[in-house]
Amino acid sequence: MPEIEMTVNGKPMSGTVEGRTLLSDFLRDMLGLTGTHIGCDTAQCGACTVHLDGRQVKSCNVFAMDAAGAEVTTIEGMANADGSLGAIQAAFQTHHGLQCGFCTPGMVMAAAGLLKENPAPTEAEIRAHLEGNICRCTGYHNIVKAIQAAAAELGAKPIAAE
Amino acid sequence: MPKDSGIGASSKRREDVRFLTGKGRYTADINLRGQVYVAFARSTVAHGRINSIDTSAAAEMPGVLAVFTGEDFVEMGSNPAGWYITSRNGETMKEPKRPVLAHGKVRHVGDAYAAVVAETVAQAKDAVEAIEADIEELDAVLDMASAVADNSNRVHDEIDDNICFDWGWIEDNRAAVDAAFESAPHVTTLELINNRLSPNPMEPRASLADYNTGTEDYTLYTTSQNPHLHRLLISAFVMGIPEHKLTVIAPDVGGGFGSKIYHYGEEAVVLAAARKLGRPVKWVCDRSEAFVSDAHGRDHVTKIELATDKEGNFLAMRTETLANLGAYLSNFSTATPTFLHGTLMAGPYKTPLVYVNVKGVFTNTVPVDAYRGAGRPEATYQIERVIDKCARELGIDQIEIRRKNFISPDAFPYTTPVGLVYDTGNYGATLDKMIELGDTAGFESRRAESSAKGKLRGIGYSTWIEACGIAPSHLVGQLGARVGLYDAATVRVNATGNISVLTGAHSHGQGHETVFAQVVSDMLGIPEASIEIVHGDTSKIPFGMGSYGSRSLAVCGTAIVKATDKIIAKCKKIAAHQMEASESDIVFENGNFTVAGTDKSKSFGDIALSAYVPHNYPLDELEPGLEESAFYDPANFTYPAGAYACEVEVDPGTGKVDVVAFTAADDFGNVINPMIVEGQVHGGVVQGIGQALFEVVVHNDEGQNLTGSYMDYAMPRSNDVPLLVVDHSCQTPCTHNPLGVKGCGEAGAIGTPPAVVNAVIDALQAGGYDIAHIDMPLTPSKVWAAMAGAQQAAE
Repeated sequence: MPEIEMTVNGKPMSGTVEGRTLLSDFLRDMLGLTGTHIGCDTAQCGACTVHLDGRQVKSCNVFAMDAAGAEVTTIEGMANADGSLGAIQAAFQTHHGLQCGFCTPGMVMAAAGLLKENPAPTEAEIRAHLEGNICRCTGYHNIVKAIQAAAAELGAKPIAAE
Repeated sequence: MPKDSGIGASSKRREDVRFLTGKGRYTADINLRGQVYVAFARSTVAHGRINSIDTSAAAEMPGVLAVFTGEDFVEMGSNPAGWYITSRNGETMKEPKRPVLAHGKVRHVGDAYAAVVAETVAQAKDAVEAIEADIEELDAVLDMASAVADNSNRVHDEIDDNICFDWGWIEDNRAAVDAAFESAPHVTTLELINNRLSPNPMEPRASLADYNTGTEDYTLYTTSQNPHLHRLLISAFVMGIPEHKLTVIAPDVGGGFGSKIYHYGEEAVVLAAARKLGRPVKWVCDRSEAFVSDAHGRDHVTKIELATDKEGNFLAMRTETLANLGAYLSNFSTATPTFLHGTLMAGPYKTPLVYVNVKGVFTNTVPVDAYRGAGRPEATYQIERVIDKCARELGIDQIEIRRKNFISPDAFPYTTPVGLVYDTGNYGATLDKMIELGDTAGFESRRAESSAKGKLRGIGYSTWIEACGIAPSHLVGQLGARVGLYDAATVRVNATGNISVLTGAHSHGQGHETVFAQVVSDMLGIPEASIEIVHGDTSKIPFGMGSYGSRSLAVCGTAIVKATDKIIAKCKKIAAHQMEASESDIVFENGNFTVAGTDKSKSFGDIALSAYVPHNYPLDELEPGLEESAFYDPANFTYPAGAYACEVEVDPGTGKVDVVAFTAADDFGNVINPMIVEGQVHGGVVQGIGQALFEVVVHNDEGQNLTGSYMDYAMPRSNDVPLLVVDHSCQTPCTHNPLGVKGCGEAGAIGTPPAVVNAVIDALQAGGYDIAHIDMPLTPSKVWAAMAGAQQAAE
């Protein structure tokens, strides 16, 4: 079985995979990064959303081997350097944008993906962007509020990266 | 000025930090050294006789360690129903055995009949494919009316009419109800279906069993809303593992909505396999597996009749319901369509005569059990839909017909004709709040705006009530419950003054770790951060019944209050001793014990420390240490209520319905954390919109689930719903718990579906379509077909 290498949350990582190993399973089972969640088996729920070379993807829909050599960012890489919550994470807490927490990593990664492309999204743009992420707890209301607040916060102070 | 901590504050949730950083610890995230994996062979037919199962090829597959079939579990007990229902004829309900793995027959698509344990998940799944099962397909029992009428085809061979129970509530009232209908000036009749739903918490079920061969102790990590209940069911009913040798841990759980209350066969299999192999055994459910193994919800077919006078005063109501139980009785499945449904059929109204008949029917489908609201959404949907129809028939305003039939705010405590005593309420107040926040006065101008865009706009209402915190034990026992419905808490004050609260509740999204700490913080005058809420582990927590039925704060929270009261009482004795005062002169305020009328004072921390370092301590009358427990059995249910208004736009070209505005004015009694309460309502409302517009489990004629994935089962997504207006400022505190709280977790799922459907009917009727009813979910194709049918009828 081939050994692959990739950069995950800024650190070099490697592991042995089968051809059928999904990126989501590689992150969870090989690297122990269990913040990336598996909520379905049809690439619908978005709980496994990560960033692959800066692009938002569902990691259950990517073979680990196809991510060899790539830069991957997961929920574990979203906090500030000092360990405090990043702007999007903090906004989710302040605005109660999560309840059971299971869809949350995917929601935060999707929100980060959106704000990178569109720093000041409208409510409709936020809702459209989250169409591939299902939340069963919040009714999306406070997720929308959290992303609006994060956009305002990030827009107010220019930053280099997500 | 809003508070920044304690009761009434929107304290930020402490649990969020771990969830937001990927450090949550869900069952699937836990891995034990040497663990192996189980995969299940599941029936591909809805009904079949198992002639033989050949596992020899599977056993030879790479990595396979063990193969189990139903035969291996025949000596084990049956997974029980938690509530015995007595039929109208006095007979006890039929309770067929529910085996760990199917034996003799398979009874629904997804019914597990074999299990393979292997070194890897892939090996286990590959080996499942190598099992050769000779299963003779039988006709599936699917349609409830035919199942009851035709006894040639039986889900359980020993139950000839497929009926579990035929329940009348209240049977003694039936003659009077029928007489009232005979003489009623007006009768409104409605036949409706409460659609079958799949709860779909985002975290699929998972279990990991560990067996210590040295001590013969078992540990089960599992996705449970009530770990003690799981332990009890596994120990006392199914496996016979002594309760003290089994620890059940429900770590972070990603939502439940009822589906994780129940004990499922997979949990028994991982425990049995761990014992056999001496290695930890793990199972994580695939989503497609969940659709054919998690308990479903709702699935009632009902005829409801409402008798009124010409002015719309309610005189009597009666219903006949067929309730789908699926193939086996799940743990609460017999209580849900009966005592959690029939007892709610008075709603917030003073209807003097009500009679409810429910037949529980076995079919070759996944077991049906409590799903968010559990029986109360089914009751509310019938009531609010038939009232809507009645008002249209009589030409009475939808708000006025409700208001004129409300139980008056001065009539409490109010005894309903269906066996409940409502302690408090003010239904007119929430209705007025809904009218204000929903700007119902401005509706016609909004309708005109929609009309200008070519859309049909409608408004629909629902004024609902529910019963939370199911209780008291002696009453539910008389009615057939096989468990008590109290709860327990321990408050452990550590020597350094911080506190561990052990609660029998389980938080799987509700935010108990934050809310319960707010309560104890307020009572003891110490910071929330000094209080830890411990839940979800039977080895740490003395006892508990878990979280469902919006009971956590009203029942488990009250147990915490009572244990904390005991702490304060003991501290007062210590303080009295140390300050040489009479105990009755000790006042406890803001975290300090003071001798009334003096400046003598001791802090809570000083007293706590002295309980563990008892140098100056009344050892002759008090034990050292500071830890108290309380069990609390409520005197009654709590009765939250509310008024909802939904506005929709219907596209007459496609039948697509958009919810464009939604207002929820609720009375939850006192509120501990407004932010969390609002979040609970948001989620409940959107699940209610899901039921009304999108969600339904569909079976074909062979009993195959056609909606078995997220590509086929439509749940609300972010762009399907609007921002919601929610309010909880109308508060009539519960009279029989010290916090005055009622429960808010299920409200939205209960009150919403009829408001949405009423709004669609309003839009269609205002648009000139003579449509009295459409069954949920109101998908574009159904709405469009109804419009086309109405148009054709008119021409």
